Amino acid sequence: MVDSLVNLGWNRDVAFFVASLLGAVVLASFGLVWIIFAIWLERKLAGRIQDRIGPNRAGPYGLFQTFADLFKLITKEDITPAGADRHIYNIAPIMVVASIVLIFAVIPFSATWVGADLNIGVLYFIAVGSLATLAIMLAGWGSNNKYALLGAFRVIAALISYEVPMILSVAVPVLLAGTMSMQGIVHGQSIAYIFVAPVSAFIFFVSQLAEAGRSPFDLIEAESEIIAGYNIEYSGMKFGMFMASEFIHAFVISLLTVILFLGGWQFLGAGHPGSELFGFIVVMGKAMLVYFVVILIRSTTPRIRIDHMMAFNWKFLVPLALVNLIVVAFCARIFVPDYAAAQAVADGGGLGAFLAGMFGVGFIAELPRAALCLVANIGLWVVASRLLRQYSDQERDRVRQLIQERRDQRGQTAPAAAGR
Amino acid sequence: MQQQEWIFIAIFFVIAPILPIMPIALPQLLRLAPRRANKAKLETYECGVETVGDAWVQFKVQYYLYALVFLIFDIELLFLFPWAVAYNQLPLFAFVVMVTFIAVLGVGLAYAWRKGALEWQ
Repeated sequence: MVDSLVNLGWNRDVAFFVASLLGAVVLASFGLVWIIFAIWLERKLAGRIQDRIGPNRAGPYGLFQTFADLFKLITKEDITPAGADRHIYNIAPIMVVASIVLIFAVIPFSATWVGADLNIGVLYFIAVGSLATLAIMLAGWGSNNKYALLGAFRVIAALISYEVPMILSVAVPVLLAGTMSMQGIVHGQSIAYIFVAPVSAFIFFVSQLAEAGRSPFDLIEAESEIIAGYNIEYSGMKFGMFMASEFIHAFVISLLTVILFLGGWQFLGAGHPGSELFGFIVVMGKAMLVYFVVILIRSTTPRIRIDHMMAFNWKFLVPLALVNLIVVAFCARIFVPDYAAAQAVADGGGLGAFLAGMFGVGFIAELPRAALCLVANIGLWVVASRLLRQYSDQERDRVRQLIQERRDQRGQTAPAAAGR
Repeated sequence: MQQQEWIFIAIFFVIAPILPIMPIALPQLLRLAPRRANKAKLETYECGVETVGDAWVQFKVQYYLYALVFLIFDIELLFLFPWAVAYNQLPLFAFVVMVTFIAVLGVGLAYAWRKGALEWQ
């Protein structure tokens, strides 16, 4: 695009600026437009899963339900409570959407369709992703409402806990690919990293769910305890922004999981330059698959308690992530991908040539390391899940015993009370 | 090359806030929404009863011990990334060093666990 503008006689810098501006607008609005569809999909699927019909009035299959909601929100009165800190209160909904839209800047949708292929893309999305939580904290504090403040407290508790295993699990794809650029990580995935380090993928997905405040970690906006938490004082489009940000965040975590662990735009060696649209469809298709899992989890699991949430993180996920990083690093040390040798195997004909033709030469180069990591990871998972099972059995026995003791106590005191 | 990418990020940082500002500001500028504020409407919501006191009070933050552990972890974890990026070119010694580093972190976690810093009261 820059080149075509330069050919038209534009200054190179100006052409670059205009192209970047257009790209940024398209990319940023893509997230917001896509979310209109995603909200409908989520409500429809959640409805079906819970044996309801879901939206079915506005348009075919209720497709226009989101537009109806949008127009309702636009015509709602905008109320700023008298006690609120006006500036903080008004900045929060803008910041919460902006921070999540910013993540789109580094997501590679195909081999060339990427906003900005930063060499520290991973660090960028970790940093920018935390801004959303800060915005929620601003909302909770600025509303001057006790429920909102409690919600904000819970958000911070969730963020500071789940950030640690998230960063630890992201270090694994970075280590395997040897780069922090998102595009580089996708290039490195001749074998999707979920087949190399499934434990990391699991930890990443769970901690991202917690950070986005999705069910089962949605206690930050538990309507039965703290009446929707941080967004309680918001109305109209400001509330709409919070709602939109939640859905965009859910989709962004699916996208990030796809990029980091599911191979991004790689699909059986396809999606190379020359088939950009195909790469885009592959990324979106995989992201929809992960998003479907998110919806499935949301509509089937109960909300977990905050002490359980913290214990699960600090006593299970963090140690697991630490051990997992060491295990993967150890396996990656034994087999370093050797592309020259892989090329030789591919040229040798037979099975090697077949695999290289089907999945690319990188597949053969990665295969020994991937197989070893996978075996080690499965072993690690077996041990970890056994420990978890043992702990939960102990905990269940303890609670059962406690209940029994209470029951016995009551049995002893009840006749005495009756005698008096 | 990287400079161009950062210019794009800078542009993105300007665009991203404008997108949510528009749907918030437009209905108000076009007077699509009613504006009939009164004293009761502007009160802080508290289950329908009159608001008691301020929310901006000193409040016990239950997770400050987690916050301390998080702070240490988060800073230490940043050191992992340069190591992870260069890992394939590093000698075996780098692996030993990092295992020691993570082990120190693990001991710190075990200490906090043992001391009861990881219990939610």
